[in-house]
Formats: sequence, structure tokens, C-alpha cells
Amino acid sequence: MSMNNQGRPTGIGTAGTGASGSALLPDEPLLFEIGDTEHSGVDLPEVTLTNDRLGGFGRSTRLDLAGLTEPEAMRHYVRLSRLNHSIDSGMYPLGSCTMKHNPRLNEKMARLPGFADIHPLQPVSTVQGALELMNQLSHWLMTLTNTAAVALSPKAGAHGELLGMMAIKAAQDAKGEAHRRIVLVPESAHGTNPATAAFLGYSVKPIPARDDGTVDVQAVKDALSPEVAAIMLTNPNTCGLFEPQVIEIAQAVHDAGAFFYCDGANFNAIMGVVRPGDLGIDAMHINLHKTFSTPHGGGGPGAGPVVLSEALAPFAPVPFVRRGQDGLELVEHVAGEALGRVTAFHGQMGMYVRALTYMLSHGADGLAQAAEDAVLNANYVKARLEHLFSVPFPDYPTMHEALFDDSFLNGTDVSTLDFAKALIDEGFHPMTMYFPLVVHGAMLIEPTESESKQTLDRFCDVMAELATDAKSGNSARFTAAPMKAPRRRLDETRAARQPILKWERPADLPQAAE
Amino acid sequence: MRYLPHSDHERAEMLGAIGAADIGALFSAVPKSALKSFKLDLPDHSPEFMVEAHMRALANKNQAGGDGPFFVGAGAYRHHVPATVDHLIQRSEWLTAYTPYQPEISQGTLQMLFEFQTQVAKITGMDVANASLYDGSTGTAEAVLMARRLTRRNKIVLSGGLHPHYRDVVKAYLKDDADLVCLSPSPEGQGDILEHIDGNTAAIVIQTPDFYGHLRDLKGAAEAAHAQGALLIVVVTEVVSLGLLEAPGALGADIVVAEGQSIGNALNFGGPYLGLMATRKEFIRQMPGRVCGETVDADGNRGFVLTLSTREQHIRREKATSNICTNSGLCALAFSIHMGLLGEAGFVRLARLNHANAIRLADALDGVPGVTVLNQTFFNEMTIRVTQPAAGLVERLAKRGILAGVPASRLLPEDPEVNNLLILAATELTTEADIAALCAALTEELA
Repeated sequence: MSMNNQGRPTGIGTAGTGASGSALLPDEPLLFEIGDTEHSGVDLPEVTLTNDRLGGFGRSTRLDLAGLTEPEAMRHYVRLSRLNHSIDSGMYPLGSCTMKHNPRLNEKMARLPGFADIHPLQPVSTVQGALELMNQLSHWLMTLTNTAAVALSPKAGAHGELLGMMAIKAAQDAKGEAHRRIVLVPESAHGTNPATAAFLGYSVKPIPARDDGTVDVQAVKDALSPEVAAIMLTNPNTCGLFEPQVIEIAQAVHDAGAFFYCDGANFNAIMGVVRPGDLGIDAMHINLHKTFSTPHGGGGPGAGPVVLSEALAPFAPVPFVRRGQDGLELVEHVAGEALGRVTAFHGQMGMYVRALTYMLSHGADGLAQAAEDAVLNANYVKARLEHLFSVPFPDYPTMHEALFDDSFLNGTDVSTLDFAKALIDEGFHPMTMYFPLVVHGAMLIEPTESESKQTLDRFCDVMAELATDAKSGNSARFTAAPMKAPRRRLDETRAARQPILKWERPADLPQAAE
Repeated sequence: MRYLPHSDHERAEMLGAIGAADIGALFSAVPKSALKSFKLDLPDHSPEFMVEAHMRALANKNQAGGDGPFFVGAGAYRHHVPATVDHLIQRSEWLTAYTPYQPEISQGTLQMLFEFQTQVAKITGMDVANASLYDGSTGTAEAVLMARRLTRRNKIVLSGGLHPHYRDVVKAYLKDDADLVCLSPSPEGQGDILEHIDGNTAAIVIQTPDFYGHLRDLKGAAEAAHAQGALLIVVVTEVVSLGLLEAPGALGADIVVAEGQSIGNALNFGGPYLGLMATRKEFIRQMPGRVCGETVDADGNRGFVLTLSTREQHIRREKATSNICTNSGLCALAFSIHMGLLGEAGFVRLARLNHANAIRLADALDGVPGVTVLNQTFFNEMTIRVTQPAAGLVERLAKRGILAGVPASRLLPEDPEVNNLLILAATELTTEADIAALCAALTEELA
């Protein structure tokens, strides 16, 4: 059966391009094209319901869900998995994403029945070990950041941002300062920052970057007013630079009665080396799935605990752990001005286990060494490539990311996107592209501490060779890339204009009979 | 340190290539007062076996679900997860991939998400689903905001049967909002939401099975809402129920939010879980979260991409439909594999088994002196009234090794009327012996 380009049914053949369908890079039909509604890979006893209690709300429509037996399922998902690049199979230098090694001890610990098979609402007396774990994780996070409190429950970084900004809003409302309606956000910020501020009804005032890639202190001071609630600042910033005047910015923000929200997405560069609390932050989320290596899992789950200053600690959401007479207590309700609850239950316990395991493995010395190695690796990449690439901000050493712009491609027919796609054919995941927005055609490379010198050398050799080739006018290699991936470039415009968001049963393929 | 590849010799060599005297030179932008100006009160690095011993000691202080009879539910359910699911999700290519921003080398994750969206749309009876949200509670808050955008109205009415944590999350998201109406808890299954619908109402939010286990009439609610131009948001915290109950989409739901944990995901003390969201086709541009769509590549081969991203924060920044970025990818994979293994035949059988065990539980509880079962209808969960505060009773039963359920007062401490109410769930894992042990212990404790 040949492949149907319009949809189904799909066979294991190809359209004859050689782009896919080999034994090691299989094309895989959809689950619904392999399975049917009668097959199942789960054996369950059959029961008859003589006197149901469904009150007439029972189902009369069919589900039309395809099922697979166990061997079919195993093969389907193994074959699909082979179409993915992963950190275990190759370097994944996505700037701002911190794709570091994911130790398997963390996975093993998260699956202990004492962590995985406990219910969030079983009696607190039966989960003292879980509360102790939350307490220990809190201690590590507060110590590494030198802050007064931590709210563990946010489900991811953006959720942590939301919580942090909610806490700021609650604190200002309690002080009778609800008139503070403006949040300052540097232009280089992650998109989640302005989205979070807007979500809470703040108006966003952008702060321009200086020519050297750092935030303009004077611009912050000029923008501050009695209407400003907070600044949301990423440090190290998204250009990979440590904000040299961050203490002065914090002072000015506090003097104006506003709060300093720090986006902690880049904490990996400074953990164990710099404590954000010493810089004057009031709230900062920590992406456990970046800095503390709980795996990204193809897009989550994450975890985004927020550390809070003394001023914001009373506005932390529930739940939190405290020591009581009979051991640890879980505080699930607080009367008064606290902001309440941002998620059901107690947050991402599975991620807490992995993150604490990771922290205990590294220790304070290992975390500092990891941060220093991450910075070393980024500077090494920058040093090895700066003669061929263009560095937009050469004034400071970079932190954990090397940032280039696209001016080295001027006069070629190659764009940043083309260049990045050519990396795929060389076995590397592309770097982050076109972010931060303050740099034209940005290429943001974050090697992390997990890459050996040997791998970095090979990556730099490939990058240098690609740059030389692009400048020599060989644009076809780039504009046609990737050629060796399971798919060539995909038509994203078509996907958006005529959205096909689920499999539809074709008219000539009826469901199995009742 | 076992996770760090460089030797000191290599570090020195790299610093030389950079032209830096030492590592401190690379941190020169950091104010001196803040750079390593402290001694951390934390231990140094540790061998794997010692870390493992530390973590095991913590885990051993917890009473795991498998240690004895278990009836705890109220938004998180203890189901069997096939071994295949956990094996597959630990494959490197799933576990250690990022969000599929480079579709050419992420087709595995993307095709899985397309299959997942299809499964979610089918079980809810809706046109389209997204690629997951954090969990059911935050999904409910997102749905409420979505309904406001769609209707350009503000009033939101939350049913008294909505899980109290879900209600609290919506309250936090809509802080200080005078247009949010939260109805009082309705443990008897009383329905009072329809009288609150008016011409300013954006949406009503109804959970079924509700927090107390009662099944709710969605068809009547949808008709009443639509008559006023309002939307019906349906919340499902026990997704297995959709194997036996009519799909909300077939009854007129406009947005369906569900907690997907029951399929493929362990209890994990509350997270990570999996938010499902499905809606009508005409509403997709106001739906939050990532969406995967089908397209073709440069050779005309079918492929998948993340699409409709003009709704999202990385493109729209402050005009985005939500600030969500990372979601629950791996939990969605676990769900999709488990659902793929079940298929329609297995999913329906699983739902029937849950219901059958719950009937056995209800009938047995009915025979215990001092216990009143409040439910006329239920799927796999029910509420009982006992003759003493449920919180203390549950503690005493825990000491006997029985995790008997959730006292309603744990989630509603401000409401003395629920003090004697206990919510219990049965699943396919509940045995006759578990039920007998529970009833014997209850009989003694209530005597």
C-alpha cells in the first residue's frame, strides 16, 4: 500500500523520496489506522450490570476508540519514539531551555511506591515522609536563593510567574495600593512575562535594552512611578548576560514601592554561585525541569516553585508544610489576605522527588561546579566561533548561553532558520532561533554543563564548517535542509489555515458492529 | 561528580582557549558583594547508593495505596497502570525530548499528540481537544476565562458540586471578581444552578460525577444556558466515567475540562497530573494551550506540527489567550498509551468494572449501622453520612491500615454542615475483602 499524502490510510511505504520509511527510521501509521474498537491490550474481567446507578445518564453514543494488543502497542510507540531527537541521543543546545542530562536515579526514586502510590488527600499522619521531602526541598531552594519562603505548588515556570505576580498583587492590595496597574518588562523578556502580567490585568510597559544587551538602569528609573506594581526581569537575561546593575535596579524598584519579580529560567548559570536574594529579588520561580533536571518529557510536566522575600511570604498560596506538635503539618487553608490556591492538591510531587534526588547527588559543591561548567561551556563555544559568527554583545563574558545574530549571513541567501535546519542534517538539535527578539535573527546556544569538551569541539567544528559553507554561497544545502531527518520541512501555513486537529474516520472505513 | 564530564585539566584547557585567567573572570559582571560571598548550609555531593538510601527512608515513612484497603478519591483515583505504559514513557526519546518546536525531528511526539487529541475529542464527544494543560483544576480556570472571551460577558456560576479545590483555583485566578458566583456545597446532589443563569452569564460550570459522586443532568443545563446565550462548561475529575456515561459533547457541552490522571498516571501525591480540554470547532481560536495539527512536508509526506500558535504567549506576548508554555506532555503520552491499550472495548469494560465495584461498596455501606449513603446516582464514588465527625474516624481507620476516603471537612473546613460526611471511591482495584474490612472496621468504630 502506498502512502496517502492527504491523510489515511498510511502504509509503511513512502512516497518514494527516500526521506522516510527505512527499517531504522520507520514511517508509522496512526493508532487509529492500526487498531480497531474490538482489540484491547488490557485484560479485565467482564461484569454485567443488572441494576446500574447511572440514573439514566448512561452512554448511548459510541466512543470509536481504537485499541491495540500489547505487542502492537509496544511496536507503535517504540517506532514513533525513534522519530524524536532527545538529549540522550544527541546535543540539544536550545537556549533558555536548559536541556541537560536527566539522571535515571531520579526516575527510579520517583517510582518508589512510598512516593508514587500515595494519595494527596489521605490522612497527613500517613504521609509524613512526603511532607519531610517537601520540607527538605524547600530548605534547598530557600538556601540556594537566600529567601524567606517558597511556594512549591506551581505546575510549571509560567504558572510560577502567575503565582509570584498574584502574590505581589495581593501584597499591594493589602497595603491599599491597588492603583498600581503597570508592570515593567524588558524587551528581551520571555513571552510568558508580558502574558502573565496581562493575565492579571496589568498594563505592560516595555523597557528598552541598551546597546550592550543589558537593561538600561536609567530607563527603569524613568519608567518607575507610583502606578508601577513591579518589574519582571530575567537574570541572567535572555541574551545570556548577567545584569551588572541588578542591585541598583532592585534598589530603585524598592524605593518606588514596587516589587522585583525575577524570572528564574536561567538559574542554572548561577546556582550555588550567586544567591538571587542577595540581589534584592522579591519573587522568583525556579523551573525544576530545567535547573534541577526533572525531564522535559516532550513538553512537560514541569514544576515552578516560587521563592519569596519576607515582604511577600505572608501572601504565599496554600498548601505549605510547617512543623506542629505531632510532626509535620500540611496547611491547606488560610483565612485572610493570602491568595488562596493556584492548583488542586499540593503541586508536582513527582518532580519534587526528582529535583531533591538531583540536588542531593550534586550537593552544594556539585551544583556550583555545574553552574560554572555551564558558563565555561557557553564561553568556550563563543570563543571558538566568534571569528566566523557575529556576536551582538561582545562587552561582557556570556553566562550559560552563547548568543549570535545573523549579520554573518549578510550577502548569503541563508537565513537563521535555514542555518539551524542544516544543523539537523549534522546530527544536532538546532539552537533557539529568533529569540531574544532584541537581536536580529538570533541564534541562542545553551550547551549546559552536561556536554563534554569532545562533543563541544565536534559541535563547533560543524558550526564553523556550516558558516564557511554558507558564506561561500552554497545556499542549497541550507534552504533544502533538513534532508536526513524523518521529515523535511513541514508546511506550517497549511496547518494553520486548514486546521486538521484530529483523525476523522473516513466514510469508507466503518466502525466495527456493536 | 558523576554527571559532569570535564576533568580539571580540560577546564584549564578551555579557559585557555577562552583567554580567561580563571572561572571567576567569566563571572566578572556579577557584583562582588554577591559572588560566592556565602557558605551554604547544605551537604556536598553524594554517591548514588547514599542518595537512594536517603530517599527510600523518606518513602518508607508513607503508607502507600497498595499497603491496605484503599477508598480515597475526590479528584485523584487509584487505578492500575499497565507495565507497558511506564516502560514506554521511560524511553529516552520520549522522556528526554523537549517541546516539539523542530517538527522534522519531533514527529514521534507530534504524532502522539495528534492521537491524544483525537482520543480526548472522542471520549468527551467534542470536535477538538488541545495537547494538554497542567491539570483539571487549572484547566477549569482557563475554561472560565475562555468562556468570558467567547461571550464577552463576565458572570460565571460555579455549581455547588464542583470540587472545592477547583473552585478555589478559579477564585484565585479571578481574584476580587464580583461576577463570580460560587454556589454552596450540595452534598445531597441538589441542583440550584439554573436559576442563576441570566443575560450577563458567560458560563455555568458543572462537574459530573460531582464532588460527592452524584451524576448531574447536563442536557437540561445546556438547554437552560444556551437559552440565555451562556456556555456550559463541564468538568470531569474521574475520566474513566466517560466509558459508561454519555459524552458531554452529545448533551450540549461547549467546553469540557477533565483531570486525565486516572488513565496512565499514578497518584503521585497530587502531581504531575494531566489537564484535558476539548471544545467546539468554532471556539478553537480562543482555546488556551498547545495544539498539534496535520500537514505535509516538502516532499508531500504527511507530518504533524504545533499549530494555531498565534494564540500563544511566545508569539502574542501580552495578547495571548493564556501564559501557559510547558504543559503535561509525558502525562499525555502515558494517557494516550494506556487509552490505546484499552481501546473502546477495554475502556468500557474498565468503566463497568469500576461501577460494579462501587455498587458493591454502596450496598455494603448501606448495611453498616450509623452509615447513610447519600447518593441515588453515582459512577465509582459516593458520599456517606456517619454519626460522628468524619475526620477523626478516618484517622482511626488509618491506624487500622484502612485508607477509608476523604472527609468533606478537609476541603470545606469553613462549613460545619459537612463535618460528618465521608467521600469514598471504588475502582477496579477494590476487592470484596477490602470492602468487608472497611465495613467491619466502620461497624466497630461507629458502635
